[in-house]
Amino acid sequence: MKYNDIILQTVTKFISFLIFLFAVYIFFNGHQEPGGGFIGGLMTSAALVLLLLAFDMETVRRALPIDYKIMTAIGLVFAVGTGVGSFFFSAPFLSQTFGYFHFPVLGELELTTTLAFDLGVYLVVIGTAMTIIQTIGEDN
Amino acid sequence: MSNWLILPVLIPLIAGIVALFFPKHVTAQRVWAFITSMILIGVNIFLLTYILSNGIMTLELGGWEAPFGIVFVGDSLATLLTTTTALVALPIIYFSFSTIGVEREKYYYYSFFQFLIAGVSGAFLTGDIFNLFVCFEVLLLASYALIGHGGTKTQLKESFNYVIVNVVSSAFFVIGVAYLYAVTGTLNMAQLSERVSEAGSEPIITVIAILFLIVFGLKGALFPLYFWLPGSYSVPPTAIGAIFAALLTKVGIYSIFRTYSVIFNEETAVTHTILLVLSAVTMIIGVIGAIAYRDVKLILVYNVIVAVGFILFGVASLNSDAFVGAIYYLLHDIVIKAALFLIIGALITAAGTSKLSGMGGMIKHHPLLTWMFFISALALAGIPPLGGFPGKLMLVVGGAEAGHYIVVAVMMVASLLVLYSVIRIFLQGFLGEPMLTHAEQHGSIKAQMPPIVFLVALSAFMGFGAEIMYPFVESAAETLINPRAYVEAVLGGNS
Repeated sequence: MKYNDIILQTVTKFISFLIFLFAVYIFFNGHQEPGGGFIGGLMTSAALVLLLLAFDMETVRRALPIDYKIMTAIGLVFAVGTGVGSFFFSAPFLSQTFGYFHFPVLGELELTTTLAFDLGVYLVVIGTAMTIIQTIGEDN
Repeated sequence: MSNWLILPVLIPLIAGIVALFFPKHVTAQRVWAFITSMILIGVNIFLLTYILSNGIMTLELGGWEAPFGIVFVGDSLATLLTTTTALVALPIIYFSFSTIGVEREKYYYYSFFQFLIAGVSGAFLTGDIFNLFVCFEVLLLASYALIGHGGTKTQLKESFNYVIVNVVSSAFFVIGVAYLYAVTGTLNMAQLSERVSEAGSEPIITVIAILFLIVFGLKGALFPLYFWLPGSYSVPPTAIGAIFAALLTKVGIYSIFRTYSVIFNEETAVTHTILLVLSAVTMIIGVIGAIAYRDVKLILVYNVIVAVGFILFGVASLNSDAFVGAIYYLLHDIVIKAALFLIIGALITAAGTSKLSGMGGMIKHHPLLTWMFFISALALAGIPPLGGFPGKLMLVVGGAEAGHYIVVAVMMVASLLVLYSVIRIFLQGFLGEPMLTHAEQHGSIKAQMPPIVFLVALSAFMGFGAEIMYPFVESAAETLINPRAYVEAVLGGNS
């Protein structure tokens, strides 16, 4: 089926970046307030799905040559890895810790090991969602 | 030290994740899966001996104290089961090398397999009922992937049933957990034990207990909730069927063990009577199926159901002899079902069919396989001194102590018929007139023999080494019959 989707494509070029930025914001927001890796990951995959809808699968694959299955695996490594880290400090499995660090531009920030875990969740969610969507999309 | 308790879950989890990175390198996948399962066995045996000498071990995940956080509780029962799981996983992985097919191996077969083991071990170890649900979901997701793996037509048809049944029962599980939380205000099993006994004889507790019986009955294939099992266990490839038959129903049974001894141990009149009747009917239905079918895979699958009846009879009898028997039988059943499935898988490879009428005289070309089958058949039926005997003996003793003579009689008859159902395979399939000449054999089964021999030896050890096994099993039964020790180990001074 051929139809004119110039509006969708033009809008998508902006919107998908906005969604992605908002997803990143939500991801960092998640430590103390609503948000986090799961919802951030879902929003990012929503941005990617919008790209897939507006353009075709080949174009998106050329723009973002990512193997989503490997992405899932890397996310799992992050998530499990933060748990395993507690072995080296003889703390109970999955223990978390945090500290305050000074950054040049951003000023003082709180960094936690939960962030690494959440990053893992973020990657797993994108990886899984995109693997499913690509598999379904390829079938026709 | 207490961090060691997470390793039975963590090792297969990491093994599965690492295997995701190189799906197309089949040899590397095999070597990696084999090595990690060896490590898993070692860690489990270490934990088992450590717990036997030092008492129940607990791990508060993330440092959150029980009852607020999630605890992992390693008592003898849990670690005996994780050890047996690891011991069964290794030979089945080895069996997969030659039977599962390169195509499946390239599509994350070993990763799913490892995730399944991680879920099963987690379900055995967790001390939190919601976490038990999570572990169930982990193992079920892996099993959904495995049952449909390869995507043949019959597999997809049966996996659809399997998924629907399990999704529904998981929904009931969450509902049951929600009720329990609403009534008691906690999800920690040790604290549940205290709160439920404080609540005493409130009828709502009995309702929740029966709701859980339905949920775990569905997972464990208890009558009348076994209908999904024959189809979904017989269609996937042998290695997958073997791990399902060995482990998945056992997780449901284990959950009944736990909930019915630690949590719902006050008002036993209604719940345990229901359990008693259902276990007797399960034996009868299972054995009828085992005799009626003439397809070797289905005969075995129905024997899985009979075993569920035997084991739960021990829980219904509710005394320490019966629990010893039930645990012993449970452990042996994990091993022997894996062994029999692998043997039948090899038999089908050699004969080229699963129909009993199409095979015969296998002893001529496969003597070792024949005798392995013969020993396993006797062990399954509980002929002394093989592995099934001590468990069955203690079940009978415990049942008689509790005064359930009728069910004991049913069990005896069912045992005989189980023996008949498998000996029929022996007489017709292995003895009898040879159907095929040597040249006509459908496939070599040489590579499939080591895991079979390993499992049969393990089963024999459980019979001949009953003296060595007994202290472990007795201490496992002790925590079931007297959950006080379990509660104190988890809550300590915080209760």
